[in-house]
Amino acid sequence: MTDTAGPKISISGVRKVFSLKDEDFVALDHVDLDIADNEFVTVVGPSGCGKSTLMNILAGLEEPTAGEAFVAGTSVSGPGPDRGVIFQQYALFPWLTVRKNVEFGLKVAGVSKTERRERAEHFIEMVGLSQFADALPKMLSGGMKQRCAIARAYAVNPSILLMDEPFGALDALTRVKLQEQLLDTWSREQRTVVFITHDVDEAVFLANRVVVMAARPGRIYDVVDVNLPYPRTEDVRLSPEFTELRNRVWHSVYHQQSGNVAGTASH
Amino acid sequence: MSKRTRMYLYNAISIVAGIGIWWLLALSGLQLPTPPEVVEAAARMWSAGIIQEDVLASLQRVLIGFILGSAAAIPVGFLMGWYSIARGLFEPWIQFFRTIPPLALLPLVLVLLGIGEVPKVSVIFLAAFLACVISTFQGVVSVDRTLINAARVLGAKDGTIFARVVVPASTPFILVGMRVGLGSAWATLVAAELLAAQAGLGFRMQQAQIYYDLPTIFVSIVIIGVLGLVMDRLLLFAESRLTGWQERR
Repeated sequence: MTDTAGPKISISGVRKVFSLKDEDFVALDHVDLDIADNEFVTVVGPSGCGKSTLMNILAGLEEPTAGEAFVAGTSVSGPGPDRGVIFQQYALFPWLTVRKNVEFGLKVAGVSKTERRERAEHFIEMVGLSQFADALPKMLSGGMKQRCAIARAYAVNPSILLMDEPFGALDALTRVKLQEQLLDTWSREQRTVVFITHDVDEAVFLANRVVVMAARPGRIYDVVDVNLPYPRTEDVRLSPEFTELRNRVWHSVYHQQSGNVAGTASH
Repeated sequence: MSKRTRMYLYNAISIVAGIGIWWLLALSGLQLPTPPEVVEAAARMWSAGIIQEDVLASLQRVLIGFILGSAAAIPVGFLMGWYSIARGLFEPWIQFFRTIPPLALLPLVLVLLGIGEVPKVSVIFLAAFLACVISTFQGVVSVDRTLINAARVLGAKDGTIFARVVVPASTPFILVGMRVGLGSAWATLVAAELLAAQAGLGFRMQQAQIYYDLPTIFVSIVIIGVLGLVMDRLLLFAESRLTGWQERR
């Protein structure tokens, strides 16, 4: 079947052009990236660098103009339950309770009622929403909504989680808390994670590897390995090694030279 | 006193004051019947069975027209929102008939369909249909793309997305359309009965006008208003039950 030794996700020569009224907008150009199984990769870059487009291509919600994305060796064509997606705007179904939201994907997959209940229960507990299982989304705070969305994505048991600025709309304190919870969850339920953000601290804190993108055209500008140990606690966040990496990524994001295209990981 | 009780109290004061002003105007020489005269007329009409007969005739027409109109509007609105071909085919006709007050079609309908129940019900049908079809269509096209994408990435195919995302997401729009449609249907009905009917609240007023019977006209006006209000409140209640999940801003 598929080559288990190969990368979990492979993006090869991806280009995406949007035709606007009077000109073409190159959202992505020459994007090549391999992501290993159970790797946590963050993608950071200025607005317009195509990071969300890249995620949509991986999710199968958009098709690349040229090139291809592979998941476990198979070319991506359309969305699938092997890739869970978490959106910045939560995208919970407002007419369903937390429990029904989490069960949605299982119901679509035809999972029996008792098993659905059990699995939803497990993931609702994992994100700490047991008390709110029968609440409607309108009763939840932003952070709780996003935790519910994470439980919903986990429930269908995807091997990949694609997260598009999931904590972008939250306040700084809630963000830090959710970052730690996400890493905690990830360490217990290992998945390959592609996490889009515009926050340099967040990108470094979470990742095995930070991919820095540049705009006009959207492309990979730099790749930074983060050799910090997990679990990442507050000590890690305040360590000089973290600061050093953070400064490096910061420089890469905010002082980009046009035309510099780094393809491979550097250190 | 809670905010709500205070609101009800103000409402009650307003109603009593309104009736008081009406009474004063009637006594001061304006050609109006006094409230007791109207109550008396209502009692007389009730014991003669006239009110029951009129209400039954009017409600029957409006409900048949409204239910058929909404039942036709919802699928058509969904088709228009979901398939651009349906939109292209239906839209010119809907936009055209929307600019014509349904009542203006009554002369045509009377000539074509005679003076039975069918012409009146058809005009009411049209009134309800037009109001509901447009808001259903609006509801379908304004469904949040992110919700559709969220369903897709969870493995849902088109049919499931339609039933489990598009339909619930458009329900608030449909109910608003039904409320507007009911108001429009009720208004059209009464006017249609003024022109061509043998029973009904509008017909009764028309008759009373000939005999200069002001109390009967007042009775009919009050019943029309109260019934309209009751039907609107029933739909509002259904709306709050069905769309209570909405985040109110």
